[in-house]
Order: sequence, then C-alpha cells, then structure tokens
Amino acid sequence: MRAYLQLENGMIFEGKAFGKVQDISGEVVFNTGMTGYQELMTDPSYYGQIVVMTYPLIGNYGINLEDFESDGPKIRALIVREKSNSPSNFRCEMDLDSYLKYSGVTGLEGIDTRALTKIIRDRGTMRGLITGRMLTDSELRNRLSEYDNSRAVYEVTTPEAYTVEGNGKHVAVMDFGIKNNIIRSFKEKNCKVTVFPATASWEEVLEADPDGIFLSNGPGDPQDYKDIIENVRVLIEKKPTIGICLGHQLIALALGGNTEKLKFGHRGCNHPVKDLKMDRVFITSQNHGYVVSEVPDCMEITHVSMNDDSVEGLRHVNKPVMSVQFHPEASPGPSDSDYIFESFIEILEEVGQDA
Amino acid sequence: MPKNKDIKKVMVIGSGPIIIGQAAEFDYAGTQACKALKEEGISVVLVNSNPATIMTDENMADRVYIEPLTVEALESIIDSERPDGILPTLGGQTGLNLAMELDEAGVLKRFGVKLLGTSLEAIKKAEDRESFRDLMNEINEPIPRSEIVSTVEDGVAFANEAGYPVIVRPAYTLGGTGGGIARNEEELRNVIHTGIMFSRIGQVLVEQSVAGWKEIEYEVMRDANDTCIIICNMENIDPVGIHTGDSIVVAPSQTLTDNEYHMLRKSALKIIKSLKIEGGCNVQYALNPESEEYIVIEVNPRVSRSSALASKAAGYPIAKIAAKIAIGLHLHEIENSVTKSTKAAFEPVLDYVVVKIPKWPFDKFDYADRKLGTQMKATGEVMAIDRSFESALLKAVISLEGNVVSMRKEYLQRMSDDQLISFLDNVDDERIFVIFEALRRNISIEEIQRKTKIDKWFLKKFENITATEKELMENPLDRELLTKAERFGFSDREIELLTGESHAVIDAIRRAHRIYPVYKMVDTCAGEFESYTPYYYSTYETEDENQISKREKIIVVGSGPIRIGQGIEFDYCSVHAVWAIQKLGYESIIINNNPETVSTDFDTADKLYFEPLFIEDVYNVVRKETPKGVIVQFGGQTSINLASKLMERGVQILGTSVNSIDAAEDRKRFDRLLEELEICRPKGFGIVSIQEAVDAANVIGYPVLVRPSYVIGGRAMQVVYEEEELLKYLNEAAAISLEHPILIDEYIEGIEVEVDAISDGKNVLIPGVMEHIERTGVHSGDSISVYPPQNISDPEKEMILSYTEKISRALNVKGILNIQFVLKNGIPYVIEVNPRASRTVPIISKVTGIPMIDMAVRVILGENLSDLGWGIGIYQEIDFVAVKAPVFSFQKLLNVDSALTPEMKSTGEVLGVDRSYGHALAKAFIASGNKFEKPGKVLFSLNDRDKEEGCRVAEGFISAGCTVLGTSKTAEFLKEKGLKVESVEGKNLDEIKAMLKSKEISVIVNTPTIGKDPLRQGFQIRSYCQSLGTPCFTSLDTATAYLEAWKEVNKVQKLEYKTISDYRSI
Repeated sequence: MRAYLQLENGMIFEGKAFGKVQDISGEVVFNTGMTGYQELMTDPSYYGQIVVMTYPLIGNYGINLEDFESDGPKIRALIVREKSNSPSNFRCEMDLDSYLKYSGVTGLEGIDTRALTKIIRDRGTMRGLITGRMLTDSELRNRLSEYDNSRAVYEVTTPEAYTVEGNGKHVAVMDFGIKNNIIRSFKEKNCKVTVFPATASWEEVLEADPDGIFLSNGPGDPQDYKDIIENVRVLIEKKPTIGICLGHQLIALALGGNTEKLKFGHRGCNHPVKDLKMDRVFITSQNHGYVVSEVPDCMEITHVSMNDDSVEGLRHVNKPVMSVQFHPEASPGPSDSDYIFESFIEILEEVGQDA
Repeated sequence: MPKNKDIKKVMVIGSGPIIIGQAAEFDYAGTQACKALKEEGISVVLVNSNPATIMTDENMADRVYIEPLTVEALESIIDSERPDGILPTLGGQTGLNLAMELDEAGVLKRFGVKLLGTSLEAIKKAEDRESFRDLMNEINEPIPRSEIVSTVEDGVAFANEAGYPVIVRPAYTLGGTGGGIARNEEELRNVIHTGIMFSRIGQVLVEQSVAGWKEIEYEVMRDANDTCIIICNMENIDPVGIHTGDSIVVAPSQTLTDNEYHMLRKSALKIIKSLKIEGGCNVQYALNPESEEYIVIEVNPRVSRSSALASKAAGYPIAKIAAKIAIGLHLHEIENSVTKSTKAAFEPVLDYVVVKIPKWPFDKFDYADRKLGTQMKATGEVMAIDRSFESALLKAVISLEGNVVSMRKEYLQRMSDDQLISFLDNVDDERIFVIFEALRRNISIEEIQRKTKIDKWFLKKFENITATEKELMENPLDRELLTKAERFGFSDREIELLTGESHAVIDAIRRAHRIYPVYKMVDTCAGEFESYTPYYYSTYETEDENQISKREKIIVVGSGPIRIGQGIEFDYCSVHAVWAIQKLGYESIIINNNPETVSTDFDTADKLYFEPLFIEDVYNVVRKETPKGVIVQFGGQTSINLASKLMERGVQILGTSVNSIDAAEDRKRFDRLLEELEICRPKGFGIVSIQEAVDAANVIGYPVLVRPSYVIGGRAMQVVYEEEELLKYLNEAAAISLEHPILIDEYIEGIEVEVDAISDGKNVLIPGVMEHIERTGVHSGDSISVYPPQNISDPEKEMILSYTEKISRALNVKGILNIQFVLKNGIPYVIEVNPRASRTVPIISKVTGIPMIDMAVRVILGENLSDLGWGIGIYQEIDFVAVKAPVFSFQKLLNVDSALTPEMKSTGEVLGVDRSYGHALAKAFIASGNKFEKPGKVLFSLNDRDKEEGCRVAEGFISAGCTVLGTSKTAEFLKEKGLKVESVEGKNLDEIKAMLKSKEISVIVNTPTIGKDPLRQGFQIRSYCQSLGTPCFTSLDTATAYLEAWKEVNKVQKLEYKTISDYRSI
C-alpha cells in the first residue's frame, strides 16, 4: 500500500507501507548499522522513534527468537530501502514484515534512505509522520505537536523489581529501558542482578544491599527526569556506580553537569571512541540523541568520540563512579569495549576489600 | 605516536609481472604506498620488474629501479641505496617471499635495514602452516583438522583417517598454486605431489574439507598501538571450495546475523592482535550455514587482492593507511581522506551493495579446463555498485564484456531440463548462467541449493531477476515495469530483447516519466558525515547527489578488467591521460569498473564513475556531465569499441576520428588505404566460406596466417602450413564468429617491428622503434622485444618513419597510434595499425623519458606536436638497452599449450635494462623466471620445418659447454649433421619427466608439430616444464637469445643494477 513520510520541515517521501499499516508519528532518526535490525528494533532506547536504516537491504536473515533486546519492538516505525521477503538463516523464524505485523509496528519501504539520511544529517533530527493519506501542512503541524516522548522511560521500565541470581557481586540495576544484553553481560561476570523500576526510590534500592549500582540506557531527554536525577544523586554518594548511555547522562546531570541534544545523534555500530588513559581507539556501538555538554567539576573525561570530540565517558575524581555514553554490551555491534564491565567489577571488588 | 623519525629512506618491493593470482591490485597498493610515504617526507626507493605499472613511473618514487626481483638484485640495490627500512607487505606474495629471503640471507642485518610494518616473525607465523596452527590452538580459534606433510604417504595416511574429500594447500604460494581438493586417494597423490613441488619449503597442508560452508572474509587493520578495525567484510556467493579469487563476492555480507557478523569480527580482531600485525591483513572463514560453528581458513598478513576490492568497495584506502602505519603512525593520527573531518580510526559502513565477478581467460582459451577449485584461474575482476543486489550483479556481469548483456545464454536455453540439472554439478565459470536458466525452468530453489550449496537468499535474488524477465516478456511495458527493470539493473538492450519493443518506445516511456539513473557517492559513512569523495555509482533512486561543476570536462574511458591481451598497461595510459587532462586545466573524469587498479582510486581523477563500460552506462554519464568530449584511445580495445556508438549518440570523440578508427580496423578500407599510400602489406583476403578460403590460400601460397576479424590479443590466430590444417581451423573457428569474416593473410617470415607514435595529423614523433626477437608468427605480446633495435638499418628506420607519417596523415591521427611491421629484405610490410595506445607505451615512455600520453593528450586537445619540445621524426636512440619479456601463467591454466603462437597467452611482462644488449636480455630472462643454470643437458625436440635451423642452435649450446639430447628423429637429424647428440629414444614420458625433475635436463628447446593437443608428448613435456620452472623454448629465436644472454652472464661476476635515470645519464 502506498504511504508517505511527511517530515516537519514539509518534505515528503513516498513509499510502500508494510508491517502494521497505520498513521504514526515519531522522531525520525537514522542508524548506520549494516546488521542488527532485530536488536535495534527491540532496544528500548529507541522508544518513540521512527528509525531509518541506511543499509538498503533489511531483513535478509529474518527474525529469530533469540536476538531480542527486550520483550518486543520499541520503535514507532522502521523505514528501509528494501525489506527482504525471503530471508535466509538457519535461526530464522519469520520475515520482517510478518514480525512487524504481529507486533503492531509500522514499516515503510521503497524510500531513498540515503537522501532521507542526508536531510536529517544536514537539518537535524525532526519529527515525522507515516501516513497513507497526505496531510495538509496545518494538519501535519497539529499532528506532530501531539508527539511527546517525555515520559518514555516510564513506558519501558520494568513494572516490578526482579532478581537474577549469581554468585559474584550484587549489582542493583536501575531499569530506564535496559537491553537484555546488559543483564547478560553482568551474568557472564557471575554477578547477581536485581533490576528495579525507574520509579524505585533510592531507599528501596539500597535496602537490597547491592555492591554497586548500574544506571541503564533508556529513551528520551535526560532533563525530563528530574525525580530520577534526584535519586541518582543519592545513590552515587552511597555506592560504586556505573552508567551507560542515559545512565551516563543522568550521572552528569546529578553532579551538576549539563546535557544537550545532538544535531542528529550517534546511531550505529562503527563509532570510534578513544580511551584517553589507554590512548587507544575502540569501535563502539552507539545509540544516543543527547550528549553531556558540560562535565561536572568533580568528574573527568575518560573517553571521547573520534568523530566529533564529544564526551563518551566520565569518571568521578574521588569516588568509584564511572559512566560511558556508548554501549559496551554491543547487540547490535562490536563488543571491543567489553572491558568497561570488567573495570566496573574490579571497582566493586576493590571497594569491597576496602570496606 | 608520531612517525618514526629514524626512518628517512624506505625501500618498497613491488610484486613483479602480472600473473594469475597477483595482478594489478599490487600496482594500486604499491602506488598508494609510495604516495603515502612521500606525503610523510620519506625518500622512497622502489624496485619492480614490471614496466607496465604506474608505480614504476619516475615521479612515483625518488629512486625507481626496474630490475629483476631477485635476492642478488635487491642486495646490490640495498648496498648502493642504504635504505633505513624496507616495506615488504605491499608487493604481494612476491614481496613477502623476497623480504624473507633477504632476511634469511642475512642481507637486512648486514646493511642495518629495518623491516617496516608487520614483523617477519608475524609473517612466518601466519604463513607457515604449523606455527599458524599452533597459534590458532593457543588463542582458541577453530581451524580444520589438518596435518602438515612433506611426503605423499603421510598425506594419504592422514586422509584415510580424516576421510575424503580433503583440501591440499601448499605453504608460501599465491593464488593457491599447486593446491586442490582431492576426493579420493588417486587424486590426493597427484595433488600432494604437485603441491610439494610448488611450495617454497616443500610442505603442504592436508586438511578436512568444509566445502559447502559459507565463505566469509574480513579485511582488518591494526596499528602498533593495538587499535584494530575492520574495513569491510565480504561474503562469497560461491561457498567454500572455490578460490575466493574465482568466486563471485558480495560486500558487505548479506546473510549473516549481527551475532554471526560480530562473532567472526571478534575472531578476526583476536587473530590480528595475536599476530601483532602492523598494517592490513585478510582473514578468511568458513561458516557452517546450519549452526554458528566456524573455522579460520586462512590469514594473509599483507595487503591482497581482497584488500584492493575492500578499499574500492568501502572507499577506505587500505594500502595507503598500511604504509603510514608501517612508519609508526597510529590510526587515530591519520586523516580520513574521504570525509576530511574524521580520522582513519573508524569502520566504514556501506549504504549500497557491491558485487565482484572474476574475469576468466576461458573466452580466449576455450579449450582450457574451466573447472574452478582451490587454484585461482581468473586474470582480473570487475566490480559493480548499486542499491539493490540484483542490479549490482547485472552491472557486474555486463562489465565483463563477454558480449553478454543479461543472464541469458542461448546454448543453455537449448538444453533439456535433465541436462541442465546435471550441469548444475559443474563448478565452472558458467555455473551462474546455468542456475539462472534452471530458475527459468522452474527448477526449485531447494534443488539448486542442494546441488550448489549457494545460500537461498542469493538464489531468491536471482529468481527476482528471472521473474522480471518473464514479466517483461509477458506484460506491456509501462512506467512501473520499466522502473522495476531499471532498478534491477536490466540494460535497455535486454529490455528491448525481452519486450520486443523498440528503443524509441522505451525512450518515450523513460522521457515521459523521467526514469533516469541518479548518481550516489561512495563516502565510507553511509551519509552520516558530509564527504568530499568524487566517487560515484549510478542507481535508480530519487535524489541525485552528483555535483556537476561548471568547469570544462573531459571523460576518459578506462579499460575494464585485466585479461590476456588487455592488461595493466592500459590502466597506465588511462591514469596518465587523466593527469595530463588535469595539468591542462580541465576537469578529468574517468569511467571504469576494475577494482584492482590505480585508475579507480578515488583520488586519481577529479571524478570517478564506477560503471560498466557498456554504451548505455557510459552514455548516461556523458549525458549528465556534458563534457567537451570523450577520449577513447587509452583504454585499449574496450574503449575504442565504444567510439562509434558514442558518436552515433552525438558525443564528441576527442582525438582520432571515429571514421579513421574504422578505416584502420575495417579490413577492406584499410587495404584500400595502404594501396593508395603505396605501402606494402602481406597479401590478404577476408573470406566467408570454406571454398573461398581454400582458393585464397592457394593464391597467397602457404604458409598463411588465419584469424577471425575484430579480435583482441590475436585470439584464435594461427599460422597454417597446409590445406588440411586450414580446413580443420575453419571448422573450429567458423563457430567462433559467424557475422565477421575470417581473414587469411600471407605469412611473411621476417623481423617484427613495432612503433608507438604520437601524431597531430601533420607531424609524427616516434619515441622508439621496438624490434621483436621472435620472428613473425608469435604474437607481439608474447615475444621478447628490444629497444633500441639491434638489427634494423637506418634506411629501414627511415622507411618505417615515412610509412608511419603517411598513415598518420591519411587517417588524420590525433593522438597516439601503434603500427606493427614485418621487415623482410629491407622492406617493411604493415601488419596492423591500432589507432590507440598499445601495450608498449609505458615501456617506451619510461625508457626514453618521453611523456607519451601527456603529449598525446596535448595533441588531442589541439597543440602542435612540434611545439611540445620533443621534436618530430624518430627520437634519438638511448645509449642503453631495454628488453621486454613476456610472463605466462600456465601453471594455473591446465590444458593451455605453452607453445608460442600468433594467439597471445602471456599475462604480464618484465623489463630488463642494462648498458649492454646481452645483460639487458639476461635480466629480462631472469626477471621472467628463466634461470641460468650451469651448463647441463639441453633436450631438443624439433618439428620438420625447424630441424635445419635448429641444428645451428644446438651447435651453439654444445659450444657453450652443454650436452645436447634429442628426441629420436631430432637426434637422428642432428647426428647426420655431425653434431654430438644423445638420443632419448626408448625413454618414456615418465623417464623424461624424471630427468626434468632431477634437473638433469636444464633447458628444453621444443618446436611443436601441431600444438594445443594435450595428449601429445610434446605438450605434456612443455606443461611439465612450466610447473617446474624449467626454461622451455618453443621458438628457435627465443632459444638463441637465451643462449646469447647466458654467454654474456657467464662473462661477469655480477650484473649491475641501476635506476633508469642513472642509465640515461651515463
């Protein structure tokens, strides 16, 4: 079925709808990963977003039952040049179209995704609407102004706390939209993990007596979450803490830093990040639209982006608190920076010895 | 860390002549390396024996040695140049092996030369089977079960235990020479036997076969700081079992999940880190399609053909960055020259699909064994880029120039279903066409997958193409269908054929709905950052991002894939044309499709279009750019063939006119022209029936030269000595080309002479006359040629000049042309006029120092030859001698006779340069792999025509201290003439082979009776010599020259090695 992408700046792309055919609006972002569409669609950090894949052939290996990063797709819609109708992989259970239909997500194919990507690159991330009937300018404006993603974290966080057993250190995870592979990564390191909803108070978290706190990735603008920032401020006083992505931004805000929105974000599996201490570059998986723009006085920069020199990692100067903007847990993408988890576990062990 | 300040002078070793498995990609790598080093202020000493390359241009390095790639030569050069470091990982296997030999011989240590980049230890670890296996076990990376053996028996014992099939891989060889798959003991014994022979250290690896698994490659880079990145991964459409150089390859991988992609990526990084490679490296994997099990097949610790492909596919110049890493820079310190704002430490992402298809020589050698396996047979490759797989594939097929504009082949369409299904089992170059035909017959994808093991994803894509073919045949052509067909890469020609519609109808729909291709940029980052690479591909999409400048532009049409008869020299010419155009202030634009070359480097021309050299694609670019004109005379026959088609579309062809090109190429017109000019030529006729041929031959008198008209590289050309032979030829050749007549010419036995001339239509400059050592009857590309000529008198030269002038004026040649003459009794007869650059242009340019292509371009653009400062007429001859010798790849091409004939067979060439003719000749022989052994036994086996003359050659060998052996009749004849000859009568083929293997026989002189018949003894002996590297001469002229060189070499202790400019200034 013919469908359109209408951008807030008035530009229109024509393509064909697939998945669940419906009118849907969201923030249009692009991702440059050549594989990993399944992980990405189910990554809660994409909540509320319409994701454009820059690689033209999407769905080649279908959808399997193992590579989900959460219980289902979190994106609003997926835009591709060409979706694969005949996927091939020994783990493949269904094709992309069927999966999107089944999970109620809209797809749009037949789009010059390179042209669309360049528009977002040049003019910045913007809202857009996928529709079967083209809207007038004023209709579009009204429709897009309804878009609000400011409570996204609460939509994707776990409703209740739960525990994953392990023999090692006990990590309390604040779930702002956590990816399965982060929990998997802690499990691999033998950690015991207790996952708390984003609404959990610091008292509830400390009651579980964790060795350290993990602040997860998640969707949206970190400045929308004043309550959470307050919670974080207390937690990092009390316990060794690590934050990834949104978690990293929340730490920076809690300690007096600031964040701002990037023009078009970092989304892909090829982002070079320099570890300043090691003076070495690692290729990382990234997915963020906001960035730490002012580093708190009590923190120092540990990692920077090789592409735009933006802050990619921070460390507290005298507390066991560290954070990274990128995704060391990969999925999708490279796991070159997996050592971040190890460093955190080491910190937990050191602190444990001191205590 | 900034660059190592101790390194001020670096020696770069090139890869030598083009052979199968080591082609133009190393010119690209070497050229990039030289440029990269110079950029860092380092003085570069380059050694390469291949004169057809860009890298051996005087401006590429500070000191350019065109000398044989031997330890002796390199040692002498190291002694006089005293470089601080040596860079061996950019010259292919040849460079790598030489570096190791230099180290083993203690040369590097003696002169304090540092090995730059990857260490020898790492190279050995990756290349030596046993230490590689140990390393993989140590770091827990899976490898196939295998055993390293140095005897046949050990190999058989292993295979009996592991089970067949097994794969045999010799250590230290390139392109899989001497390896193969063995399905049973008999096959295994054969393969191990040859494998051991080819291995430098007499070792082969016998390993468990994972044939049928997916074959995946990763191009990895690492710097001394341990930063590692993947440039590109690639998936072979043909599963494990076919050499990757012979496989159709797609980038990036298409059927791997993120998990699988990163599992292999992680492994590749682990391997490159554990090997401590500093530079580029290629890791090949086999991935079980039914599980996530994988094994590491191979690691190449150097840049390779795959890295050239990856560089072009991803827009990331691997060789350039590898050279910078080698002198100490870290990836994050090197600029990304594509975006100019980011650094080299990142991983490229593609937003398009790349398909590579090998170019095989089977269209030329239709009698060769076309089976594909672990030993590479392709001479070159083409690459195509698009936003759909279907179109990238079709574009690549069209780029092959096999007269195919689609996936349909007539002979397959005539086959029965059963026959076709059985053909699916043939693993050869035609298999993809068989698969397409099978899909058209509704043979199920499952069945095809079972037989071919090609992933269903690809088969389904193939089916999209066949389904669209059907739609085009059955439905009226409208906007939607035309758009679909164009998106899938169908050529207009194919759409016309399938729909039955005329070009006008298609064009009308196209114009009405504006269905034209747009151009997108290859930018390494999928559009994420603004980029400045002028590197474009066509696609049917919405947005055109092609920025057309307001400058005046000139388009150069490249020469496509490397093939026998059209090699790297045309890339040399194209690149120089681009440079000349830039110098003259125009915008230079190149169109080409060969990923291995310098011309397709994105910073060579102002703009690069990676497109098929098919009229429709070339015209689309012209339409877009509206250039001042198009230059076609530098891209070999490929671009010349486009001239008239471009002109018909109203495109301005710059230089020699299309009418003149036609006059030179059309037999009748050309004959008439020479007649008017009163220039001699061999008598000849074009015939279309057998009777005509017989009559013509009788009029001319035997022997005659026969060939089809319009050919490259003398394909299917033959000297015929009697009627019976003529009839046999006609029966075979008639099938080759029905629409074009067969040409029958007088065979004039004489000295062949060749000139490349620059003409402005009035005056002519001949930089040098080249004389061939072999008399007429041997293709000029396969003969040894000498400059300055040694046996041509001044009056003869004057006549050659005068003929060249007459022809150039008559044809109003603007630019370059090549004329081949045969000299007999003081008279030059014109054999051929090529209104384009030829194979010898780079040689003559380098030896004389005359910038031939630059001058040609100036003349094409309107300057007068006489104003260019190099004079007119024949340029003053140099005081030293240059000898070009051909190099063959018979080791890779079974069933191809190594005997020299009018049909070209060589894949590459070397140049021997020295002060004296004898030493230059000797260097040419050495560089082309003919060793000078101590006087041993020379076996003569002559056909009746050559016996008399062969006698004198045999005498020469005897007087040089050799023992002459002869086959029964030859020995008898030579004895009668009073020579001391031993007969090998009574010895069977195996016994003679044994004498060759033990080096008892060190040279063979064999002039074939019939040739091409693999069952004959002579053929088998010739082939065996090829595999042993024993000099085997099939022309008495070559044998005589070899003898002469031998004598000269024996007179001196050592040869001396100098740069061309040194020779010139002597």
